[in-house]
Amino acid sequence: MIEAQQLTKRYGEKTAVDGLDFTVKPGTVTGFLGPNGAGKSTTMRMIVGLDAPTSGSVTVNGQHYARHRAPLQEVGALLEAKSIHPGRSAHNHLRALALTHGIPRRRVDEVVELAGLGSVAKKRAGAFSLGMGQRLGIAAALLGDPQTVMLDEPVNGLDPEGVLWIRNLLTSLAAEGRTVFVSSHLMSEVALVADHLIVVGRGRLLADTTVRDLVREAGGDTVKVATDDPARLRDVLAGPGVEVTGRVGSEELQVTGVSAREIGLKAAEHGIPLFELTTKAVSLEEAFMELTRDAVEYHGSTTGTETSRSAA
Amino acid sequence: MSTLTATPDTSEAALAAPSRPVYRVTGRRVLSSEWAKLWSLRSTWITLGLGLLFLVAFGVIAASHYKSNLDSGRHMDGDFASATAVSLSLFGTNFAQLALGVLGVLVTAGEYSTGMIRSTLAAVPRRLPVLWSKAAVYGLVALVIATVGAFVAFLVGSRIVSGTPAAMGLGHAGVVRSLLGAGLYLGLVGVIGAALGALLRSVAGGISVLVAALMLVPGLISLLPSSWQGDISPYLPSHAGESIFALTHDSTTLSPGAGLLVFLAWTVLALAGAAYRLLRSDV
Repeated sequence: MIEAQQLTKRYGEKTAVDGLDFTVKPGTVTGFLGPNGAGKSTTMRMIVGLDAPTSGSVTVNGQHYARHRAPLQEVGALLEAKSIHPGRSAHNHLRALALTHGIPRRRVDEVVELAGLGSVAKKRAGAFSLGMGQRLGIAAALLGDPQTVMLDEPVNGLDPEGVLWIRNLLTSLAAEGRTVFVSSHLMSEVALVADHLIVVGRGRLLADTTVRDLVREAGGDTVKVATDDPARLRDVLAGPGVEVTGRVGSEELQVTGVSAREIGLKAAEHGIPLFELTTKAVSLEEAFMELTRDAVEYHGSTTGTETSRSAA
Repeated sequence: MSTLTATPDTSEAALAAPSRPVYRVTGRRVLSSEWAKLWSLRSTWITLGLGLLFLVAFGVIAASHYKSNLDSGRHMDGDFASATAVSLSLFGTNFAQLALGVLGVLVTAGEYSTGMIRSTLAAVPRRLPVLWSKAAVYGLVALVIATVGAFVAFLVGSRIVSGTPAAMGLGHAGVVRSLLGAGLYLGLVGVIGAALGALLRSVAGGISVLVAALMLVPGLISLLPSSWQGDISPYLPSHAGESIFALTHDSTTLSPGAGLLVFLAWTVLALAGAAYRLLRSDV
């Protein structure tokens, strides 16, 4: 359980995190989304006490991180920037961290195996590839068998097999009742594992929602239907929460609020012939872009026309 | 109050996960972690080896040089003429302090330059135990290495100069005190290096300040009016440090005890600055 209250971090004039309020609950995977520079890494550093908030507070399992007697058992964190000494072997790195908590050597071997580092554990960590380094960071995060696992952009640099491994790991950790908090700037990646979403932009909270709600708010799933008699189909489908749009004179209708299956059944019931019946899912990526459009720090030049339009 | 906060805490933990092991950060564990960290880097072995080599080799070289000068009957300048077996065999202290001080800087500043500090402070978020442990572990290691080096250098050096005016044995008054003092001085130089590394968070910056404090400032002080020099000079880190292990003392130097106190004060000052920065700054 992670609870942030009015969490704020300023660096001089720049506000990196601006009054964030959110709760990350146990038993689910919570995605932490936002464009680059949105304040995700800063927030995560504040959670584990590396950065001090300018104002507000954040607690882990009801207490400030530094107040816990065994911090690594409360939160296991993988931070974005490298947090190892390149001259030390993976095994010695983990061993040094384990010693601070009295974590047995057996557990060090366990996480080395779990992260798939068995064959390179005695090698200097400085010689590791990006993916290997990421695995070492995850091994360190799991070392204390933590109640809360927090990973900053964990799939960065991983090969497809590694990405799949992370996905399975995250869902199994959540299934064990742990709190799992994963940041990413890629909606598509998070949507595969996360149930809950916290979206930030320019340090502000943009949405605290579920994947399903986000899609619904972004317009939901639309069904495209083509028929011989659009006017009659409109009447048949009309009901609460159902929206039907279509151009006059066109055979095509866009329907939201009813599934393709229901439309097909109702049309058959009333003997209305259909030519086409297609579900168009709203891309999560589109929903995310829509949400964060104004908060994106660094726009590409192709958005120039869009900005001028919204300005007008 | 402590019972009030402790009771719900433990019962909650027991309810949440009865089978989870109980870990806990303690001062002793942080010490053992820092000990393991120190020895798991190759740079530690190399630099400590260099420090020991400097200490012994330069002591032996100085003693041999003295002996050969004496044998050939050449004229010797003032410093050399008044040399003792102790001053000759401790000639390497100047060089050893560089190696040991630099390693002290690496022990702390190295964590910042590599990013290791984030892992370290995530494991020990109270932070200060890390600084105390690093200073204690490394200070002790440097002390032991330097003491061993000083005694080896003296045993070899005193054999070389035996039968000369500089000859001295371990039983000679003040010799053991001088050799232990040299070990103590170098151990504290290591602690100061570690403190400077933690204070400046930069390997280059830490080494620069260390070298300036120990080697450049004494030279610069001679530019001051001579009446000031006498008041300031004995209290400089390098001069106060030297008086810990010097065999003889005069009116311009501090006594070994006073020198140790002054040098300890410099060490505490550096550590206090490091502690302040560690607690106040983000990493």
